[in-house]
Amino acid sequence: MSYPVEQNEKFAAYARPERLVSTEWLAAALESGAVADGKLVVVESDEDVLLYETGHIPGSVKIDWHTDLNDEVTRDYVDGTAFAALAASKGISRDSTVVIYGDKSNWWAAYALWVFTLFGHEDVRLLDGGRDKWIAEGRALTTETSAPVAGDYPVVERNDAPIRAFKEDVLAHLGKPLIDVRSPEEYTGQRTHMPAYPEEGALRGGHIPTAASIPWARAAAADGTYRSRDELEALYLGEAGLSEGDDVVAYCRIGERSSHTWFALKYLLGFDTVRNYDGSWTEWGNAVRVPIVKGAERGSVPA
Amino acid sequence: MTTQHLPASLAEIVDDFQALTEPERLQLLLEFSRELPELPDRLKNHPELLEQVVECQSPLFLTIETEKNDAGTADAVRLYFKAPPEAPTTRGFAGVLHEGLDGLSAEDILAVPDDMPELLGLTRAITPLRMRGMTAMLGRIKRKVAASSRQLS
Repeated sequence: MSYPVEQNEKFAAYARPERLVSTEWLAAALESGAVADGKLVVVESDEDVLLYETGHIPGSVKIDWHTDLNDEVTRDYVDGTAFAALAASKGISRDSTVVIYGDKSNWWAAYALWVFTLFGHEDVRLLDGGRDKWIAEGRALTTETSAPVAGDYPVVERNDAPIRAFKEDVLAHLGKPLIDVRSPEEYTGQRTHMPAYPEEGALRGGHIPTAASIPWARAAAADGTYRSRDELEALYLGEAGLSEGDDVVAYCRIGERSSHTWFALKYLLGFDTVRNYDGSWTEWGNAVRVPIVKGAERGSVPA
Repeated sequence: MTTQHLPASLAEIVDDFQALTEPERLQLLLEFSRELPELPDRLKNHPELLEQVVECQSPLFLTIETEKNDAGTADAVRLYFKAPPEAPTTRGFAGVLHEGLDGLSAEDILAVPDDMPELLGLTRAITPLRMRGMTAMLGRIKRKVAASSRQLS
């Protein structure tokens, strides 16, 4: 049984308000014992594998994008069996309400939420503002290890097609809208990695032809929460030029920043068909003979 | 590669890591992140004296100083690091290098193999990308030590 959906003015304007919860809402839910009785599972997912251990929301469990969600050998996500085992070990059942939060404006939390969605987990939400907002508000943190009662999770195979694009899908998609969420320097091809991040070995710089450049962080306010519906519309309908009903693909470097944008397009603005291209630039920038545009112009689809 | 070419202090840390399971290694790295000493005030007030290691995923600044030894033994190299608390993995590795190398001679530090971070057995848990940041941190220390010994000699 799902946990009640938060009602507030900001969320009500979004297409799918049930996908977000505020820090106030979560604090009240924790206060009422929602975690203790297993209806609600709070998951922290960060870039830094040790950050959870330095202090986390009481009762929350950690899921690491690299060690828990990625397959160790193939560049892919874990399969249904591994996901079921992971979820159960974290106290998550198929009908649990899962609230995910993390560092960097929920960058990795949105990525984890996207992976949960590949497995069709129905009720999975983001904590608006994530870890930083929770801490900035002086809310409770603990270093106590959570010991959840094992959940009951069936083996469900991933259904990638609705929300995940592969390289071939992107080639077939050319001509329809693409959103590049990387930094302007990565978009133009001036560099192939994030500013202040290590070089990850893309052989070519630039962007996929016709992609609009909307760096992911522009969807977030200074406190890490998502911008209002009006602001998001100005960004994606106005600046990027998307229209209602568009079929959209978002990409970045490895698919984590674009998960944040995927969430905004899918659940806050209500685009039905939005896919995250997780191969992203580390695949496209190394692939043989795929079209690339350099510079600030979007460019055109090659004939 | 084995620990035989490492200074005793660093070899001991590597042995500690290698004796543990992967989750325990992460826990030990977390302890090192907590033990990383604060910068002395003279450096706190002069951030321009520190250099950023841009290969690290989180902001990491470091510098070295050389302390004269009167007893006729080699000069001691002192290491100073600055990394934010919200980057515990980066801090943890700085903590390992601090405890393993601080106070040693330039010669001992320069003899540490460049791929020493691989010996900690953390690559699977913390991603190869982050390991590269750690390797870059060691590389930066060695370059600074080499430059400073050239100046002195």
